[in-house]
Amino acid sequence: MKDELSITGATGEALPHDSAIKHVTGKAEYTDDIREPAGTLHAYLGLSTIAHGKIEALDLSAVKTAPGVIDVIGPADVPADNDCSANGMHDEPIFAETVEFLGQPIFAVVAESRDQARRAAQLAEVKYTELPHATNVMAAREAGYPNVTSPLKLERGDITAMEAAPHRLKGTMVVGGQDHFYLEGQIALAVPGEDEDVVINTSTQHPSEVQHVVAHALGVPSHSVVVNVRRMGGGFGGKETQMNLFCCVAAIAAKKLNRPVKLRPDRDDDMTATGKRHDFVVEYEVGFDDEGRIVAVEGDYFARCGFCSDLSGPVTDRALFHADNAYFYPNVLLRSHPLKTNTVSNTAFRGFGGPQGLIAAERMVEEIAYYLKRDPLEIRKLNFYGGEGRDLTPYHQTVEDNILDRITDELAESASYKERREAVIAWNARGGVIRKGIALTPVKFGISFTATWFNQAGALIHIYADGSIHLNHGGTEMGQGLYTKVAQVVADALQVDAGLVKITKTTTEKVPNTSATAASSGSDLNGMAAKDACDQLIARLRAFAVEKYGIAPEDFRLYANRVHLGDTVVEWDAFIREAYMARVQLSAAGFYKTPKIHWDRESGKGRPFYYFAYGAALSEVSVDTLTGEYRVDRTDILHDVGRSLNPAIDKGQVEGAFIQGMGWLTTEELWWDDKGRLRTHAPSTYKIPLASDRPRVFNVALADWAENREPTIKRSKAVGEPPFMLAVSVLEALGMAVASVADYAECPRLDTPATPERVLMAVERLRGTR
Amino acid sequence: MATRNEVRFILNGEDQAIRDVGASDTLLDFLRIDRRLTGTKEGCAEGDCGACTVLVGRLTPQGLRYDTVNACIRFLASVDGCHVVTIEHLRGPEGGLHPVQEAMVALHGSQCGFCTPGIVMSLYALWMATATPSVTEIERALQGNLCRCTGYEPIVKAAQAASAGKGQSQDPLNLERNTITKRLSDLRDGARVEVAKGEDRAILPADTADLAKVLEENPEGTIVAGATDVGLWVTKFLRPISPAIHIGHLEELHEIAEDDAAITLGAGVTYSEAALTLIMTWPHLLEYWDRIAGWQVRNMGTIGGNIANGSPIGDTPPALIALDATITLRKGGETRELPLERFFIDYGKQDRAEGEFVERIRIPKPAAGQLHAAYKISKRRDEDISSVAAAFRLTVEDGTITEARIAFGGMAATPKRAAKAEAALTGQSFDEATMMKAAATLPEDFAPLSDWRASAEYRMRAAQNLFRRFWYEKGTDEAVRLETA
Ligand SMILES: Cc1cc2nc3c(=O)[nH]c(=O)nc-3n(C[C@H](O)[C@H](O)[C@H](O)COP(=O)(O)OP(=O)(O)OC[C@H]3O[C@@H](n4cnc5c(N)ncnc54)[C@H](O)[C@@H]3O)c2cc1C
Ligand code: FES
Ligand code: FES
Repeated sequence: MKDELSITGATGEALPHDSAIKHVTGKAEYTDDIREPAGTLHAYLGLSTIAHGKIEALDLSAVKTAPGVIDVIGPADVPADNDCSANGMHDEPIFAETVEFLGQPIFAVVAESRDQARRAAQLAEVKYTELPHATNVMAAREAGYPNVTSPLKLERGDITAMEAAPHRLKGTMVVGGQDHFYLEGQIALAVPGEDEDVVINTSTQHPSEVQHVVAHALGVPSHSVVVNVRRMGGGFGGKETQMNLFCCVAAIAAKKLNRPVKLRPDRDDDMTATGKRHDFVVEYEVGFDDEGRIVAVEGDYFARCGFCSDLSGPVTDRALFHADNAYFYPNVLLRSHPLKTNTVSNTAFRGFGGPQGLIAAERMVEEIAYYLKRDPLEIRKLNFYGGEGRDLTPYHQTVEDNILDRITDELAESASYKERREAVIAWNARGGVIRKGIALTPVKFGISFTATWFNQAGALIHIYADGSIHLNHGGTEMGQGLYTKVAQVVADALQVDAGLVKITKTTTEKVPNTSATAASSGSDLNGMAAKDACDQLIARLRAFAVEKYGIAPEDFRLYANRVHLGDTVVEWDAFIREAYMARVQLSAAGFYKTPKIHWDRESGKGRPFYYFAYGAALSEVSVDTLTGEYRVDRTDILHDVGRSLNPAIDKGQVEGAFIQGMGWLTTEELWWDDKGRLRTHAPSTYKIPLASDRPRVFNVALADWAENREPTIKRSKAVGEPPFMLAVSVLEALGMAVASVADYAECPRLDTPATPERVLMAVERLRGTR
Repeated sequence: MATRNEVRFILNGEDQAIRDVGASDTLLDFLRIDRRLTGTKEGCAEGDCGACTVLVGRLTPQGLRYDTVNACIRFLASVDGCHVVTIEHLRGPEGGLHPVQEAMVALHGSQCGFCTPGIVMSLYALWMATATPSVTEIERALQGNLCRCTGYEPIVKAAQAASAGKGQSQDPLNLERNTITKRLSDLRDGARVEVAKGEDRAILPADTADLAKVLEENPEGTIVAGATDVGLWVTKFLRPISPAIHIGHLEELHEIAEDDAAITLGAGVTYSEAALTLIMTWPHLLEYWDRIAGWQVRNMGTIGGNIANGSPIGDTPPALIALDATITLRKGGETRELPLERFFIDYGKQDRAEGEFVERIRIPKPAAGQLHAAYKISKRRDEDISSVAAAFRLTVEDGTITEARIAFGGMAATPKRAAKAEAALTGQSFDEATMMKAAATLPEDFAPLSDWRASAEYRMRAAQNLFRRFWYEKGTDEAVRLETA
């Protein structure tokens, strides 16, 4: 049986994604590809056309009589609670009666075909009484809009130290939002069953929450609702809570009509009616000494949260948690302002507020560097955590595992930072239309859900009598390779080829009460839970072997598809057969909860993060100072994933996150008109990076010497979110190219997204021609 | 003339003959819903993401030609007489994975996998067309494919790795060429095709003369060429287009003719078909042309459609106006010719009578002393609509500008010449000061709009700066383009 010496697919191996062959052949099944049960109906949402107001009259007669229409569903059809909020705040109606943003669902129509339902949904006659609206942070502040959730304050040291600081700089940074643009849109297929049962096939990162929210809306116990997710066509946080709405509507219609109902919005409606990354306005003040050492930081982080709370609380919290990025702030005061606005409620997105906090830290570093006329990298290194009494974060967690000095030094060395920076400065000194910029920026990112109770996971493993293995866990697969990695953990633990481990769809029937696959925690949590299940199985097999073969427990060993029993070696499947015949239980439920973490939000103190992940990127860009167009000439990345569970998958995460981050900071612009209508609601108007936007030279390396100091699964580290923020290097390099037109005398203060327009306008501002 | 009431084509291996086809039925819905070929995905339903990429093979005078297209905005009726190839049909010489698929697996080119079938189809088309593609060629082939997960690096590497294996001659689609050609020829019956689903009618005229007739019979009909605009009317605005009058299949409209004085393009010539001839004649169009839409849309969209839609942000009108192009309109047996810029009257208003269609575009060949440039500025470099498009043709004799033609897109309600700037240049010496003086006149001729693509201020500033770019490029050695710096 196969290789004598090792298994295929152990941890650390660059195994391809478990579905790779199905992906390339088109055979991978997404929710919309599932064969619909006979009699399936299709629902479509009717969306509001104003940003704020009361519905005075809703005339749906034309909708009801449109071809193919079976029924129209509204607030009165919700059996229990017309609410799909993720957090129990009860502020997110399934169908709105008071409109709070343009694009808010007010009813759904159910028809024989999706096309019929979609056409019918346009026929509603709605009379509104319009109310004034505020769609962005500025307007909401002026109008005195409330917070959607309670704000956070982080404080350490004594902020009055600011007054004594040798230098003080104040500024404002506008940080744009971002649409997820998962390639597969939101979708739910609800199939009614007997009694109160309903089964939902969908594309969510959080099946347990969908189960909970649907049960709540239907007024049934959670045990009546089953949620299945085999794979998502991308999630990025956009399917953490946003699928609740679609699943609720499909389930309500399915139960009402007792027929399967599918709901898949068109891309434009998806982008209009679902939340995005929060955009922020950050007002900061930084005090520092002549060397550039930070003395004090004060910051206010205003976020456009949209009409309801959704995840805005934890998102804005995480912005504060990352407002230090990698730097020690001796005296610090940070405040979040999760503002209500008349826009779709913003939500999770890779980094979860962290990038918005982090980028303002990097802006402050830039401010200091330009002010002191120093290389920003020097300022960074001066302020890294570490050294006497310089390891406490604004939330009072001690940074114990900082490896940024080594990472930045190695990267600067391998990518010739110093020489290239000099060359860039020399190039720019010529004058000329095309200017260059270069920047090396670090990332430190805290890993764990800040809601401590989410840091738990379950797994279920069956070994069948033929030796084949069924693996199930609470994590969902959205392309990040979680299923593959956990399968590798199981293969490794049981010492069988990964091919023997069947990866099965995530379902609330097998593992209950799961957390969202989010916060980069998927393999940390589920890997450990699967490992726990394996350990239980191994213990039972060992006990059986000891009893049957009379060997010492330590003489039992699983290795390379075989079972070693002292001097006897038995094939895995034969041994499992024996165990089955001897009535050994071959199924185990594993569990894991992250140790050490705790967080007291009231006092702003604790250890919210189990550990930190680190990385750094060096980017060089060219900018056309006549048009503001630019190109990323080269990016080098050195990133820490601890001991990689799968270097190919991890590298893919780093590359993909960097490009996605670059899109956030460059061409991805969300633009609402003065009526509150999102005008960049489709790929025709909302521009995510293309292949040709990649850095012309792109070198990505994992720090192969890194390992997690904490006993995580195989000493690996989470990888989903941290590398997203490596793209800040691109923004800062663009800023440098811009600053060159004024001989670097001034901090370029480039806000994001740095579209060609913003870049040109910054050039003209620094030139004094604007 | 014979009329046929069914659409006939080949889907992968199988012959299809379908009667029940409405004007607004898309190829994608047909594949996914009717035929359950779910490998082809819907990501946007507007031609911008490429998840729905399939190949469409059609007979041309040069032989069987396969192009990548977006099935989401391709109307089902329009594949009459074609060979539609989906991801399900792709296979290697021995029946297993195709080399492109193998490389994508080996190099980790998929993560969530939703973009992957479309990307594989684009790379497959590239692989067939180009034995050893450069990175630039790979990126061009992927302009119409979005991937949100991978960052594209492994996909580009996979494209390179796949080409290293060669094997094109053994590719099943190539081996089948003669059979498919024969089968498609057999489908040609010279008939007009008229199909309908209820009231929703689509007509494929038999030839150009028949088109003129169909238009006279159905003056309210919607002409559909490449459907890269009309497709969105249906998928995004749910607008009725019946009766849809297709012209994309009319061979005469695909003709490209060249004589000593001019190049003449049939209105149905696609961006892709026109590329070679235009770029050979006017090399300055190379970059500009490659930045119009993505590969799939360039394979579908026609120059006639880009003109006829009258959009102020279409890219070909400024370029063609600067080149002094004329268009020929035809109604029934009658034709008239007019300078292209005169076709655009106002926003949404063109000089085209009901039942009239654009038949061809004539572009006079370059003359001595002409300096050409065409610039596109957009938020994202590729596959984006222009914030500003500009085209220059300056004739310079002994350092003096004797004629200036400058046209802008995105600066007014129509594609428009910069009359004041042209006047400011004519008769002046060609230098930076003259160019900037001309640029300074732009606010007199243009009052651009602010929208999500760009602000009025940016459009104006960038447009003016393009005069400086033109001078630097033509009059100095300064490297002023990102591509060359
Ligand atoms: C993803 C995507 C990207 C795009 N990017 C760009 C871009 O970068 N630059 C750009 O300029 N455009 C772009 N477009 C727009 C589009 O490609 C063009 O407008 C296209 O040229 C239209 O040609 P068509 O053959 O597809 O026309 P159709 O959609 O078939 O028709 C367009 C209009 O012209 C009429 N029409 C077509 N042919 C004739 C004729 N011969 N006589 C009379 N009327 C006719 C039709 O009735 C209709 O009103 C893009 C479109 C998409 C979907
Ligand atoms: S579905 Fe996006 S291009 Fe067709
Ligand atoms: S692999 Fe997910 S979009 Fe490309």
